[in-house]
Amino acid sequence: MRVYLDNNATTPLHPDVIKAITDFLPYYGNPSSLHETGRDAKEKLYSSINSISEFFGCPREDMIITSCASESNNIILKSFMNKKYDFRPHIIISAIEHPAILETAKYLESNGFDLSLAPVNEDGVVEIETIKNLIKKETVLISVMWVNNEIGTVQPVEEIGRLAKEKNIFFHVDAVQAAGSIPISFKDLPFDSASISAHKMYAPKGIGLLYVKNFAKRKKELTPLIHGGHQEGGFRAGTENTIGIAAFGAACSALSKEMEKNHAQEEKIRDHFEDRVQKEIPHIIINGKNSKRKVSTSNITFKYIEGESILLRLDLHGISVSTGSACSTGSLDPSHVIMALSDDKERAHGSIRFSFGRENTMADADYTVDKLKETVAFLRSISPLYKGE
Amino acid sequence: MDTNWAYNENVKKHFMTPKNMLAGAPEDYHADGEGSVGSPACGDMMMVLIKVKDGRIADFKWKTFGCASAIASTSALSELVLENGGMKLDDAYRVTPEQIIAYLGGLPANKIHCSVLGDKALQAAIDDYYKKNNLTNPIKKAESPIVCQCLNVSEEDIRMEVLEGATNWETLQERTKIGTVCGKCQENAKQIQANFVKRYYSEKTYNPDKEA
Ligand SMILES: Cc1ncc(COP(=O)(O)O)c(C=O)c1O
Repeated sequence: MRVYLDNNATTPLHPDVIKAITDFLPYYGNPSSLHETGRDAKEKLYSSINSISEFFGCPREDMIITSCASESNNIILKSFMNKKYDFRPHIIISAIEHPAILETAKYLESNGFDLSLAPVNEDGVVEIETIKNLIKKETVLISVMWVNNEIGTVQPVEEIGRLAKEKNIFFHVDAVQAAGSIPISFKDLPFDSASISAHKMYAPKGIGLLYVKNFAKRKKELTPLIHGGHQEGGFRAGTENTIGIAAFGAACSALSKEMEKNHAQEEKIRDHFEDRVQKEIPHIIINGKNSKRKVSTSNITFKYIEGESILLRLDLHGISVSTGSACSTGSLDPSHVIMALSDDKERAHGSIRFSFGRENTMADADYTVDKLKETVAFLRSISPLYKGE
Repeated sequence: MDTNWAYNENVKKHFMTPKNMLAGAPEDYHADGEGSVGSPACGDMMMVLIKVKDGRIADFKWKTFGCASAIASTSALSELVLENGGMKLDDAYRVTPEQIIAYLGGLPANKIHCSVLGDKALQAAIDDYYKKNNLTNPIKKAESPIVCQCLNVSEEDIRMEVLEGATNWETLQERTKIGTVCGKCQENAKQIQANFVKRYYSEKTYNPDKEA
């Protein structure tokens, strides 16, 4: 039995996406070519782009297709390095950002920027007051993720966006984990820009989106990472990933029809899973449980044992999960996210993320709890930290 | 697919079906010697309990908190020590991380620091045995040349730190303060550290049996 519970890392392709890819394969033309072969490809892409634009509630002019969300995040943050300042520019990001933001922000810091990491409360949420207190007159950019990838906590991005607008500060949102889970209409949201990654929503890797509000006006404030041809309004060169766009479009169409149903099903499965874990496995902490969370994410610390050994034993039972333990990466530092909400290394070392998706069933949750019980009991029996019930 | 699982088959076997672990409470085992090293904050902690008979390790039990290779390496150490009727205390005291890693058939380089703990826990248990019996440990720790005279840091200390992940100078200095007083040893110390880093980390998997 194979149970995939790592949908926050990446998702399986939706059947409609597989079909869209297969159907698109003969359209090898370069959409920029004037001839029929090129025009055919362009024509095919047109409807895909429309689906993406509709799904995210953003006009085509405000969309830049990229290779991944990391690229989208890099474009925005690094654009701030290419501006001239007569003061030391200050940026604020949350302490629980994905490395695609965190490391890029640190790169800006190494280039002279003043960087503040906004701490989160013990429920894994950045409070609006925290951001308010960090804002200085030199603040040029605030970047906060919509949904955290490790614990699923939903951040108050709309409030932060309104605050940023009031203070005239650019506000970027890493919306990767919200896509496909929370209905999004960028044009109605107080975000200046946002990033999306297709492979987190049942499309393939290698395709992402950057949304920029009023891009035509804003364009001169931003700097491309990839110069060259005229693609994406001359802002992001490189012949289009046509198959990727077709697949991304198909994922958007499919999800616009089934998102509500998926959401309800994932929530039911996740809640059942957590209920059983809570009843049947002692000494656990459900990380971020007291705040609003993405309904498909469950991050649990199993006290007295270490995450990599849990992960690998579950793997040998066919269950795929991920961990915030340092051991899984070979570094000595455990998850900065769990550390941000607890400052407790043991809690981080013993944390496991279960992220459900549209293909999961109740039976998956039950099988996982059964194997988890066995695994946790065994590892605790050989742990010097565990002193019994 | 098993071929590209995180560890080799032997590590996997020791991880999934470890040998000689202590399932109950340490108090109920009545060990002759007990030693613990590591800390939960670091992600790895090992406890070794031994029974001694006629100068040999007659029984060896352990508990480990840690990743798969930490569990597997303690299990491997227990087999290694109990082979052929149990190791003599002085041989057991001198078991090295290399022996454990070789017994497992190699470990990923970034995991070596986890398995260094088993041998140290065993040494602590043997020390404890001598102490409990009011005996002095006849086994002198092998003398290792002092590199930093000011702070008394030896070559062996550097080796251990490298095994525990101090692969750059800043980390080594942070942990040992080496070369922070007169600074004369720095060149030499950096060279010694670089040699150990090359030895343990130049391949993705470190296997002492395959060393040139
Ligand atoms: C919150 C968040 N941001 C950014 C990324 C990076 O996305 P991509 O793989 O498209 O670069 C991820 C993926 O792990 C993520 O979870």
